[in-house]
Amino acid sequence: MTFFAIIGRVVLALLAEIGRLALFVWQAVSHIIRPPFFWRLIAQQVMRIGYFSLPVVALTAFFTGGALALQIYYGGNEFNSESIVASIVALGITRELGPVLGGLMVAGRVSAAIAAELGTMRVTEQIDALTTLSTNPYKYLVVPRVVAAVVTLPILVFFADIIGIMGGFVVGTSTLDFNAGVYIKNTADFLKFDDVMSGLIKAGVFGFIIAVMGCFHGFHSKGGAQGVGRATTNAVVSASILILAANYVMTSLLFAN
Amino acid sequence: MSDAKIELRNVHKRFGSKVVLDGINLTVPQGQSLVVIGGSGTGKSVMIKCVLGIIRPDRGEIFVDGKNVLKMDQSEREKSLRKFGMLFQGGALFDSLSVWENVAFGLIQGRRMKRMAAKDIAIEKLAKVGLGPEVGELYPAELSGGMQKRVGLARAIAVDPEIIFFDEPTTGLDPITADVINQLIVDRVKELGATTLSITHDMASVRKIADRVAMIYKGKIIWEGPREKIDQSGNDYVDQFIHGRAEGPIGMDVLKP
Repeated sequence: MTFFAIIGRVVLALLAEIGRLALFVWQAVSHIIRPPFFWRLIAQQVMRIGYFSLPVVALTAFFTGGALALQIYYGGNEFNSESIVASIVALGITRELGPVLGGLMVAGRVSAAIAAELGTMRVTEQIDALTTLSTNPYKYLVVPRVVAAVVTLPILVFFADIIGIMGGFVVGTSTLDFNAGVYIKNTADFLKFDDVMSGLIKAGVFGFIIAVMGCFHGFHSKGGAQGVGRATTNAVVSASILILAANYVMTSLLFAN
Repeated sequence: MSDAKIELRNVHKRFGSKVVLDGINLTVPQGQSLVVIGGSGTGKSVMIKCVLGIIRPDRGEIFVDGKNVLKMDQSEREKSLRKFGMLFQGGALFDSLSVWENVAFGLIQGRRMKRMAAKDIAIEKLAKVGLGPEVGELYPAELSGGMQKRVGLARAIAVDPEIIFFDEPTTGLDPITADVINQLIVDRVKELGATTLSITHDMASVRKIADRVAMIYKGKIIWEGPREKIDQSGNDYVDQFIHGRAEGPIGMDVLKP
C-alpha cells in the first residue's frame, strides 16, 4: 500500500506543479499585452539578460565551432574534407549547437540569477510590498524579464552563429590548412536562410523558457536562504531540461518535410 | 455596523492540513486603531494578507468600505488597493532602488506621477519620519534596522492612504528606537486620520498605538476590547499573553516548534 501511496503522492505533486505553472504562464502572458508597459525595466533586463551574456555565449560558440571542425575532419572522409567540414560546421552551429548550447549557457546564467533575485524578494516580502503599492508583480517583475529574454536570445544566438562558424574557420584554416577563400565559399553555398531562421525561432522559445522558469521558481520559493537556493537549482535544472525537450520537438516540427 | 472600514466575517484559511484561520470575525471602525495580539504562528500575518488579497481565504467574506473584496475582479481590486499602505515586518524595502525611490514607488508606479514631483513628496515624507534628504540617496542595505523601519513607514504613508497595516512594527528594535517608531506611527496616523490594523506581540507597542485590542489564538479571535480594559480582561489567555508567562491556558503545544 505504501508503495502506491508514494506513487500517488508524486503524481499528485507533479500535477499540482504543472497546474501552478500553467496559471503562472497564463498570468505572465496576459500581462504582456495589457498596459501599462514598463519600458525602462524591459531595457534594463535586455542589458542584463542579453548584453552581459554575450561573452559567455560567444566563447561557447567559438570553441564549439572549433571542436566540431576537428571532429568532422578526424572522423569524416579526408578525401573531400574541405567542403564537408565547412558545410557541417555551418549547419550544425546554426540549426542545433548555436541555439541549444547558447540557450543552456544563458539558462545557467540568467535563470539562476532571476530565481535568486525574485526568490529573495519573495522571502523578504518585497513581492507582497509591490502589491500593496498598487503595482502588479507579474507586470513589474515577470513581464520585463520574459520580454527581454524572448527578444534578446535570438540576437545572442545570431552572434553565436557567426562566432561559431568563425571558430570552425579559424581551426580549419590554421590547424587543418584549408584555404580560407574556399572555406568561406563552401559555408556560403551550403548555408540557407531557413537554417539560420530555424535556430533563431528556437532561441526565442528558449528565451521564454529561461525567463519563465527563473521567475516561476523565484516567485514560489519559500523558507529563507535554503528555499532560495532550492529555487535557483530548480530553475536552472528545469530550464535546461525543457530547452532540450523543446529543441527535440521543434527540430521534428521545423524539419519534418 | 455602518461605519466599519474593514470587516472580516467568518474567514477561514488552511494550508494543507494546517488550519491557520478558523472563522475570524473582526471589525475595524473608521478612524480607529485596532491592534491584534497573539503568539507567533497564530495566523496574524495571514489575516492581514487576506484583507490585502495577497492570500485568498477558503471561506468567509471581507468588506472594505462595505464592498466585498473577495468578489472584485482584478482591476477593481487594484483600485481598492490604492487605499492601503503597509509597513512590513522586515521593512520589505526594494534593495535595487534608492531610499527616495522606495518611498516614491507607490506614487510613480501606482499613480503614474512624474519622478521629480514624486521625489519632492518622498523627501517631505522622509522628513516626517525624521530622516534628512541626504538619506534619500542611500540604498536600503546602507541603513540600520531602525532607519529601515522609518523608511518603510514613510513609504506606507507616501500615498496618503485611508487604511494602514502595521506588521510587527517594532520587532527587532531596541526599546528606545521601538518607542520612537511607535510615536511616529501614532503621530502620522493621527495626521492622516487613517484607519489602522496592526499585528504585534510587543505589549509596549500595543499600549502606545491601540484604540482597541483583539487577541487571536488558534485562528480565532478570543477577546476584543478597548485598550484600557486589557489589564482587566478577565480572560486567562489574554492575561497570560500580556504578562508573558510560560504557564497558563496557552499550552506548550504552541510554544514547541
